[in-house]
Amino acid sequence: MDPECAQLLPALCAALTDPRQPVADDTCLEKLLDWFKTLTEAGSSLQLLQDSPCLVELLLQVPKAPGLSPRVLAFSLRLAGLLAAQEDCFQFLQGELLPGLFGEAGPLGGAAWTAPTVRSGWIQGLRSLAQHPSALHFLADLGALDTVVSLQGDSSLFVASAAGQLLAHLLGLSLRGQAEGSPGPQVCDWPASAQRIVGHIEESLCSPAAPRVTQALNVLTTTFGHCHQLWAQVLWARLSPLAACLLEKDPVPAAHSLVDLLLSAARSPALSSDRSRWETVAQALGRLSPAHAGPLALGLLTLQDCPQALSAQAFTVLLQPLACVLKAATQAPGPPGLPAGPEGDPAVADALLSSRSACVGLLCQTLAHLELLQPLPQRPAPWPQAPLLGAAVTVLRFCNGSAVPASGSDVGGRLCAILAGCVRVQRAALGFLGALSADTGPPELVTQVFAVLLDYLQSPDSSPTVLKKAFQATLRWLLSARTPPGCCDLDPPTQLLLRELLPVLQRRLCSPCWEVRDSGLEFLTQVVGCWAGQAGFRHALLASEVPQLAQQLLQDPESYVRASAVTAVGQLSSRGLPATPAGPEHPGGPQKSLLPELLHVLAADSEGFPRRAAMQVFTQWLRDGHAEVAEDTERFVARVLQAASRDLDWEVRAQGLELARVFLEQTLGQPGSRCPYAVAAPEAAAPGRVAQALRAACRVQLVEFAFRALFDYDRPVAQKSCDLLLFLRDQAAPWDSLQEARGSPDVASVEAALRRWRAGEQGQPLGPLEPEAVLAVLRSMDLEGLRGALAESSDHVERNPQSLLQDMLATVGILGDNEADCY
Amino acid sequence: MMALPYITEHTGFTGTVYATEPTVQIGRLLMEELVNFTERVPKAQSASLWKNKDTQRLLPSPLKDAVEVSTWRRCYTMQEVNSALSKIQLVGYSQKIELFGAVQVTPLSSGYALGSSNWIIQSHYEKVSYVSGSSLLTTHPQPMDQASLKNSDVLVLTGLTQIPTANPDGMVGEFFSNLALTVRNGGNVLVPCYPSGVIYDLLECLYQYIDSAGLSSIPFYFISPVANSSLEFSQIFAEWLCHNKQTKVYLPEPPFPHAELIQTNKLKHYPSIHGDFSNDFRQPCVVFTGHPSLRFGDVVHFMELWGKSSLNTVIFTEPDFSYLEALAPYQPLAMKCIYCPIDTRLNFIQVSKLLKEVQPLHVVCPEQYTQPPPAQAHRMDLMIDCQPPPMSYRRAEVLALPFKRRYEKIEIMPELADSLVPMEMKPGVSLATVSAVLHTKDNKHALQPPPRPIQPTGGKKRKRVTDDIPDCKVLKPLLSGSIPVEQFVQTLEKHGFSDIKVEDTAKGHIVLLQEAETLIQIEEDSTHIICDNDEMLRVRLRDLVLKFLQKF
Repeated sequence: MDPECAQLLPALCAALTDPRQPVADDTCLEKLLDWFKTLTEAGSSLQLLQDSPCLVELLLQVPKAPGLSPRVLAFSLRLAGLLAAQEDCFQFLQGELLPGLFGEAGPLGGAAWTAPTVRSGWIQGLRSLAQHPSALHFLADLGALDTVVSLQGDSSLFVASAAGQLLAHLLGLSLRGQAEGSPGPQVCDWPASAQRIVGHIEESLCSPAAPRVTQALNVLTTTFGHCHQLWAQVLWARLSPLAACLLEKDPVPAAHSLVDLLLSAARSPALSSDRSRWETVAQALGRLSPAHAGPLALGLLTLQDCPQALSAQAFTVLLQPLACVLKAATQAPGPPGLPAGPEGDPAVADALLSSRSACVGLLCQTLAHLELLQPLPQRPAPWPQAPLLGAAVTVLRFCNGSAVPASGSDVGGRLCAILAGCVRVQRAALGFLGALSADTGPPELVTQVFAVLLDYLQSPDSSPTVLKKAFQATLRWLLSARTPPGCCDLDPPTQLLLRELLPVLQRRLCSPCWEVRDSGLEFLTQVVGCWAGQAGFRHALLASEVPQLAQQLLQDPESYVRASAVTAVGQLSSRGLPATPAGPEHPGGPQKSLLPELLHVLAADSEGFPRRAAMQVFTQWLRDGHAEVAEDTERFVARVLQAASRDLDWEVRAQGLELARVFLEQTLGQPGSRCPYAVAAPEAAAPGRVAQALRAACRVQLVEFAFRALFDYDRPVAQKSCDLLLFLRDQAAPWDSLQEARGSPDVASVEAALRRWRAGEQGQPLGPLEPEAVLAVLRSMDLEGLRGALAESSDHVERNPQSLLQDMLATVGILGDNEADCY
Repeated sequence: MMALPYITEHTGFTGTVYATEPTVQIGRLLMEELVNFTERVPKAQSASLWKNKDTQRLLPSPLKDAVEVSTWRRCYTMQEVNSALSKIQLVGYSQKIELFGAVQVTPLSSGYALGSSNWIIQSHYEKVSYVSGSSLLTTHPQPMDQASLKNSDVLVLTGLTQIPTANPDGMVGEFFSNLALTVRNGGNVLVPCYPSGVIYDLLECLYQYIDSAGLSSIPFYFISPVANSSLEFSQIFAEWLCHNKQTKVYLPEPPFPHAELIQTNKLKHYPSIHGDFSNDFRQPCVVFTGHPSLRFGDVVHFMELWGKSSLNTVIFTEPDFSYLEALAPYQPLAMKCIYCPIDTRLNFIQVSKLLKEVQPLHVVCPEQYTQPPPAQAHRMDLMIDCQPPPMSYRRAEVLALPFKRRYEKIEIMPELADSLVPMEMKPGVSLATVSAVLHTKDNKHALQPPPRPIQPTGGKKRKRVTDDIPDCKVLKPLLSGSIPVEQFVQTLEKHGFSDIKVEDTAKGHIVLLQEAETLIQIEEDSTHIICDNDEMLRVRLRDLVLKFLQKF
């Protein structure tokens, strides 16, 4: 602890124990605890207490002070726990202080105990304290275990959860405390405290009250989640029969927590040699309701070491709802059935049909689980791609009313009624269908996928969120329809889709709903990005009105749409797919330049998003050497930077610096951005090029823009500018031939301007600059220092402990003044 | 409404028609437009021989498939319209209208159109709700009054959406996407529509969308003989509008934004294509005009004018006519045809929610609503699903509603009520005997005090014997309660009767006093003491029986 803090601490401790003083807010106390934590982690707690006796005094006074705020009480309990985590310090505090805080003499029996903060502080204090065997004796003497157990059912969820975790921690500690080797192979050989905890868990597991079962299961889940030792096997052997008994009940109590426990046990390395856990898990898969069995199945399938038979069972469970849906529809696309058994599980059908919300919930859960599973390397093999595609298509058809239920199937009829127009299931199924594009499917199924996607894109009933998902899924399927090797064009089904897709896109770009227009533009940008090289696509796109519509949307009233339109037309233009003037009166008319329009957006749009998008387009154009930019690059850069420098949006200014960097790299002869992970430093540019680049940078007022940005109020802009100037300086490092102009009037005026800018006077321009002067200024500046300062967060000054203590004391001090005034 | 003149003018109708004011005014406009359209093109001759069944079946389709052609009527005249409308009595929402004292009828807002109503028909103990074209969407009319439909014995459900698979919001989106796409390409848009109804909402959406879609410079024309009246009438029915629009009136602002569209010259309206319209007409443009069947009205001219260019689009929004049939005589057509039926009436999901909310004891609906549409037999969601299952009816079927009228309310005149002396039989239940005259008139019943006997006025006239009877008659107390047989037998024994035998009968018990040769027959509503010529014994037994009964 530095001396300044040591000096301030006694006053703060005194203030904290004074009930009349207003206590600083919770955040301050949390920060204070954080500080103490760093101190105790870095050094001896005992030393800390000896150096700061005020802390001992604080901990002694707190339980005695009547009317103290619950926050201070909770803080003291947690602080005491932190300090007592070190055994020597624990011994030091054990005599009077710790029992006074955590025992009956403390808040435990008093009125303060009614505050959840205090109960939570008590538990957290004990959690920190319980790090060594002596702590266990202390807790036993205190009789704390009973309190912890009762707090498991606390009305505050935070307290209840913390109590459960403390119990798990104490169990681990008591068994770890056995210094000589591992604890006995029987629970009866275990220490008394461990036996008590296990006994309590056993009792709870047998209790008819579901909340008690849940608490016990949660403690076990935490235990197996953290324990890597052999005693876990003994514990599992003892308690797993009780967990299995729970599975016999109907309905299974605390099913959610039971799933967590089984997954925790399945993942536990300590139980890796125990085969019995797989039997319990297999039993659970068969007994749990589909809604609970699903998460268990997914958890098992993501394991690396799950036995194959169990994986197969889990996969079957996971697929059952979809198998049920497939079975309920006639003419389900694709090969019949999923590997979920020829007969659908009646429980699954019951769960699907019990209510609309249950059906929707189960289907969404299943689809989401499969979507998660799909990209994993350990997913079941063979992956039933075709039936899954069929199932996703069928679900989507049930949702839009085009699926025909199997004759005589009640399930089909009910599903039809439940799923019609259900947006949640539509979104989940489209997400899953999109994910399935990573693998191929039989051509006839792919055709059906395209058909159903097109149905959704065309349907006026598709909600904006469903449409967005449909666009995303379509894009993924389009991108997966890779060109066959040796062929430079799209395959026939994709071309067919495209022919129908573009008119739909046209209509969607004219939708009165802005979200739809926005999704349409995003789709256009992405599809152009990937397919601009395909002759078939180019031809179809240019023959449609999509490019013109995208350009018209630059005037959209909604800023998000304008931003997406800017990106889209930028992309179209980059890829040589410009909009030709619309209407029959301009056939093949002269192509209108897009640059002025986008510059107008940058200069005049009232919202930030379109301006940011314009900057990104310009940067990309510069990188790509876009024709309109290449005509006069310097003029282009100058105009863009001029507009960006005036922008109020920091992201636009930051993007301006990005563009400046690209320009510099190009003029310095380093096309393309460097790989950030390259081992070697970038080579410095040739002196001639440096001079040229600097002159060009001065001409386009890039240097002035960067210098101004260096003192930007928004830190990311200043950081970016600092990086840019460092880059420029480093590039010019070996350049000695150029005469530095240090001391010349030009340099002096630049430095003076920089000083003014630093002081916040941004008005005055720099005027024409010479490269020599720029270089001199760059070399004279402490850019590394500035970069270091900028890397600190903006509140780094306020975040040091001294400042914290001062702030807290200031709060107290203000009250002191007021009191004086009152007298 | 459109058929009203046929009922009131051709069937000998002599009754009263009840309707809300907007219904009458807008109905008049719709009929006026129809009459105007048909009278514009008078026929020199009318052919009727083809209606002969033998001839008709030889005709090509669709003529030969037409149903009941012999009942087809010529369109009514304005005179008939006026006469029909004169029979209407105006009513307001929630107003109670007494029909012959038998039932009360109350119109409620149905949320579908200006002044559109659902009706409650109720007596004192029964309530029937008649739900016709209703909407739960937020459009221009007052929202649907669902609360008043609660506690119905029977809910008659009609007028659901004709296009249950088309969501109105999606269709409006589709309408504008196609409109914008056409106009941007230099094409014209034709919207065949009625002069009132959905057009108000379309114009409102247009108002919001016009600038964002870059359509500010495109003229919108509304052509109808009643266009002006329709647009103006809509603005004056403030009390029939939704809350938002009502509050605008107090600002004061016109409730519908089409006023602003007209003011800024973006929307122009004309009675017909002749006259001013010919001078102002500018293309590309959007035209709203009738009739949606495309068989008459100004729309016919636009179909002829624009049908040949693929740049133009006709967008159907009214669900009443099959757009394919409407277009049939114009084929081949180059113009694009878009079908965006906008029907805001209840769909089956909304019906299901409504029924859960209102919870009627029984639902009665047309047969079509109890099964999925024939073309989509698998769509189980497109039918009414409720418990108990709905009772269905067919066209012209007479249905007995599933309830029995068991009670009538009878009013007691105050002076009679004053004279009653109720006696509490058990806590909360009091009884009193009433002697009164039941007076029934116009299905209302009232108990009035019995007429007082005429006092003798001096013996001029000889008193008639019958006049004395009411006075002389001693009113015996009424008895109530039941006789517990075991206790009764014990009492009999206490009073010296022996050899008592009790037999159970279907209706009660028979107590046999064998020694006295007497029979006491105890039933639920009567007790008989049968003994031969021993009046003393009978009276003794009677008094014992009476001890167990309450008298008042």
